[in-house]
Amino acid sequence: MLKTYQYPKFPFVRPAELDSPQTRHVPVIVVGAGPVGLSAAIDLAQRNIPVVVLDEDDTVSIGSRGVCYAKRALEILDRYGVGERVVQKGVSWNVGRTFFRDEEVFRFNLVPEPDHHRPGMVNLQQYYLEEYLIDRARELPNIDLRWKSTVIGVTPGEDAVTVRVETPAGAYALSCDWLIAADGARSPIRRMLGLDIEGKIFMDRFLIADVVMKADFPPERWFWFDPPFHPGQSVLLHRQADDVWRIDFQLGWDADPEEEKKPERVIPRIRAMLGDDREFELEWVSVYTFQCRRMKRFNHGRVLFVGDSAHQVSPFGARGANSGIQDVDNLGWKLELVMQGKAPAALLDTYSDERTYAADENIRNSTRSTDFITPKGNVSKTFRNAVLGLARHHPFARGLVNSGRLSVPSFYVDSPLNTADADAFAGRMVPGAPMDDAPVAAAGGGSPWLLPHFGQGFRLMIALDDAAALDAATAEGLAALRRGAIPVEPIVIAREGGAPGGIETLHDVKGRVRERYDLQPGTVYLVRPDQHVAARWRRFDPAAIEAALRRASGQRA
Amino acid sequence: MMITLEYNFREPRTRTFYGYEAGDAFYEALIEAHRDLDEEQSALVNARLVLLLANHVGDVDLLREAIRLAREDVVGG
Ligand SMILES: Cc1cc2nc3c(=O)[nH]c(=O)nc-3n(C[C@H](O)[C@H](O)[C@H](O)COP(=O)(O)OP(=O)(O)OC[C@H]3O[C@@H](n4cnc5c(N)ncnc54)[C@H](O)[C@@H]3O)c2cc1C
Repeated sequence: MLKTYQYPKFPFVRPAELDSPQTRHVPVIVVGAGPVGLSAAIDLAQRNIPVVVLDEDDTVSIGSRGVCYAKRALEILDRYGVGERVVQKGVSWNVGRTFFRDEEVFRFNLVPEPDHHRPGMVNLQQYYLEEYLIDRARELPNIDLRWKSTVIGVTPGEDAVTVRVETPAGAYALSCDWLIAADGARSPIRRMLGLDIEGKIFMDRFLIADVVMKADFPPERWFWFDPPFHPGQSVLLHRQADDVWRIDFQLGWDADPEEEKKPERVIPRIRAMLGDDREFELEWVSVYTFQCRRMKRFNHGRVLFVGDSAHQVSPFGARGANSGIQDVDNLGWKLELVMQGKAPAALLDTYSDERTYAADENIRNSTRSTDFITPKGNVSKTFRNAVLGLARHHPFARGLVNSGRLSVPSFYVDSPLNTADADAFAGRMVPGAPMDDAPVAAAGGGSPWLLPHFGQGFRLMIALDDAAALDAATAEGLAALRRGAIPVEPIVIAREGGAPGGIETLHDVKGRVRERYDLQPGTVYLVRPDQHVAARWRRFDPAAIEAALRRASGQRA
Repeated sequence: MMITLEYNFREPRTRTFYGYEAGDAFYEALIEAHRDLDEEQSALVNARLVLLLANHVGDVDLLREAIRLAREDVVGG
């Protein structure tokens, strides 16, 4: 029981399968209703694909786990219809402050650029995120959420995958075309299939404490190296919703987890950190160790691994759930195209290619952070302290201070789905890049931000000075793209005017779209359903677009 | 010439999208250089590294300035 939150209890409903001798077949089963499995179910359901979700438990995530949700994950959650609730309930922050011993050495701003809708990070207890995702899932008629349903067996096949499900009322079998394994770090599915996950465990322990208190600290992330109140170790402070503060104390490998969890040990630590006798109450305490590892491939025939089942990172950088949500964002549209027969199953190989690339980036960054935060050996510690000492005076050293490189999306620059630039462009919106947001004015109403207009299908963004000047030949070309087997919806970005034929027009009110995408009149971007750039040109060329679309959907270009 | 104290790490042959990547890559390589070395060997590697970089910089006035900054706060502070 928490003081600020009551865990919901979702009812077990006796499934009809228990009373039928036949094995029912469904298109997709998602195993695991954590943040990633729920996101997967919502993504597919929003594409009109029916999904059965099986979870062994009947509530949300217990205790203090994920805290920070990053800008890109929030943009995806916007598409799933829960971004606004997360942002409203959570604590938005952009500024992180770093202390060494008793001095502040450095501060960073996650969104140094103005004119982005979502903040760099929102802090929110993981149980709230899951509750909001569950509320959303229950709104969608084609999601069948089944609690107290433990998958105890899995039989992969050429044409289908069958699972055995154990419930309080008995066991049954269910088969599907595609099985999404979102069953967490220990992934029983991965184990039952005998698949490996490789990496390393870090020889350290962390105490995490959730504390309820009224404090007027600003909404910032505070990180201490070797503070006087916890010498030789690191400490991290985050503000969450409901006046709950999350504190992570590094303990070292030799600490005894059972001892350290006792309130008589925890309370003096927090008291020393707060440095005064303000009132607080302990909400949650646990001790964790962590590892960085990933599977070699994320797709195995008809079984697709997403989130922690496929990869795990140390928590520095908040790259866990954030990257799992991006897995789903990458997978949803590809699976839809494959299920519709519009793309070959090999498109799912690119899910694995792109997301193992991202996982490597996440593991690399969180490993580097971990090595900086918890240096092993004297030389590492000397360099670390030298950096922190120099950081007081010199900007270069501030850039080396690594208290966690917070979750950012990958640029899939090596993806086989990209079409290489033939024309010259400046800036970062290269093929494979995740789209940057920017303010817009929508002639037809709707969001004053760019990204929500991109939805969940392929889009063609075409830049003009005056949208009304769109020529007839181009308009006809855009109409043809819309009618294609894989439809591409056009969006005109202009300074003024409305495009003919009801084509969606956005006005670049602050010039940020032009600036961020290096737009000139006539510039065209082909954007994937997960809002990564597929290709771009300086002029509208239907044959080039057609080829790039084939490539981006896994067909031979 | 003045000593550069602004962040100056870059990886010319790799396209990176986040500012910290080059510095972090250097730092990782630096720590990695000491793997499996005893203390004496580590000190020797550090000394050799300083000498190699010093020769690359070349400008002795600049090196004197770097030496001064390196000692600052370490001794008699
Ligand atoms: C201390 C800590 C701090 C963290 N901080 C952050 C952070 O700030 N930001 C961030 O993004 N991430 C953070 N994370 C990581 C984040 O908690 C995980 O990445 C995230 O929960 C992974 O989601 P998931 O859905 O893949 O797996 P899980 O959340 O583990 O969900 C797996 C689900 O599968 C179900 N399940 C398991 N086996 C079966 C079975 N056989 N049959 C049916 N159901 C089954 C479980 O009941 C569970 O609901 C943190 C983690 C920890 C421990």
